[in-house]
Amino acid sequence: MRKIIEPCGLHCIKINHLGVTMGEQMILDDVNLHIHCGTLTAIIGKNGAGKSTLIKAILGDIPHTGNIEFKDREDGKIQKLKIGYVPQSLNIEKNTPLSVYDMIASYQSGFPVFLKKNKKLYREIKEMLTVFEADYLIDKQVSNLSGGELQRVLLSMAIMDEPNLLLLDEPISGIDQNGTELFYKTIDYLKKHFDLAIVLISHDLDYVAKYADKVVLLNHAILKQGTVGEVFHSDEMKQVFEKTEVEGC
Amino acid sequence: MLAFFTDWWQYGFMRNAFWAVLIITPLFGILGTMIVNRKMAFFSDALGHSALTGIAIGVVLGVTDTNLSMIIFAIIFALLLNKISSKSTASTDTIISVFSSCSVAIGLAILSKGGNFSKYSSLLVGDILSITKKEIVYLIIIFAITLIFWTIAFNKLNAISINRTLAKSRHIPVSLLENLFAVLIAVIVMLSIKWVGILIINALLILPAASSRNLAVNMREYHFFAILFSVFSGVLGLIISYFTNVATGPMIIIIASLIYFLTFAYQKITHGN
Repeated sequence: MRKIIEPCGLHCIKINHLGVTMGEQMILDDVNLHIHCGTLTAIIGKNGAGKSTLIKAILGDIPHTGNIEFKDREDGKIQKLKIGYVPQSLNIEKNTPLSVYDMIASYQSGFPVFLKKNKKLYREIKEMLTVFEADYLIDKQVSNLSGGELQRVLLSMAIMDEPNLLLLDEPISGIDQNGTELFYKTIDYLKKHFDLAIVLISHDLDYVAKYADKVVLLNHAILKQGTVGEVFHSDEMKQVFEKTEVEGC
Repeated sequence: MLAFFTDWWQYGFMRNAFWAVLIITPLFGILGTMIVNRKMAFFSDALGHSALTGIAIGVVLGVTDTNLSMIIFAIIFALLLNKISSKSTASTDTIISVFSSCSVAIGLAILSKGGNFSKYSSLLVGDILSITKKEIVYLIIIFAITLIFWTIAFNKLNAISINRTLAKSRHIPVSLLENLFAVLIAVIVMLSIKWVGILIINALLILPAASSRNLAVNMREYHFFAILFSVFSGVLGLIISYFTNVATGPMIIIIASLIYFLTFAYQKITHGN
């Protein structure tokens, strides 16, 4: 059985003055965030507000200004930050001969997946999939998975390296109501049982209200951040989501 | 009766062609898997066409070995296409098409100057029967290099093709590997284009992998069927072309296409989709 670590609450990830410009256009300006382990930070905002760009900048996928620090709050020692990432979608066509094992092994191991299965790796992957009740999917084709199944597989993969920070880009479509509920429950479980901080781009304000510890309202810069109540009842929130009703919080 | 089937083996050129087919086809089968996964069919096609330009440049510069100018041009062309596709927001296939047409036109213009194009027309369909022992050795070397590269880099290339950002988050050197892969395809396509032919080389890269996708459910089966179909079409195509006196390249592609249609039908029947 896998050892489950309680969040210690002592690690802190600081994003300082992060900015991204593409060509002439300023996509993100002076973003400052403090993220603690054992918490779920939800990033909300309209389409094109720079949410996915922020995640890509944190991952180092696109060039940015500012810096990201990972500190132990007790002794202030700076450590190397390990990031797990769950993308919004995969670039996999229907019929692609790629099993869940192939996909995870491609990211986790150098042992060529076109040769025979590596039994040790297979066991490890299966064990990790068990955490999200996805172990029965290991030999299935990735292109045949349902949205919810794929999400659980990607989550398993994201935490295989025991990251300090988990970045999630929630899919907009392909998941039904039950799937979304299960997804948020899983995230909540992760938050409580693993020593990591979670940052989630969310499109569902109801679920954010229910599960997030901290909310960041983004529109090229941080308009407002704080607890669910603080952000959801702010003027900035009303301006951004003027036409969409902000209820249930 | 037996003599009828073993007859062709007596000829040195047929034996050489046989060994060449046994090296080229599995190589193409293997590379094709990733080319199809990464939706690079158009890219490899453009690369094949750039052979004309490479030779034309060699002729203009007065290079004695146009193979060299062809390979160098193809490598530059491949890297350029990679760079433009990753930077530009315009659709990749449009960009590749523009560059490909432009380069083919320049190649044709130069090579046809003075009405001399017939000298190069064998490049279009290829002639595997003219391969020499020395050239087979080159193919063996590139085959070995590809196998090593594939063993080391396949997982990472696969990871990149699934999701670039996710691959980057795992510290996979995305651009480096994409460029290495493009260069490898460029070199292999150029080294085999004389034998396979510009017009059909892309089919030999794409068809076995495409057929394999109709049957395979994981990466092991994908590679296995792609190599199997590729070698089978190659060997059978060579033998049939000997008996029917048809160019070998097209015969190989006809068989590979038949396999594609058969696997396609099989998939439709068994999966009903």
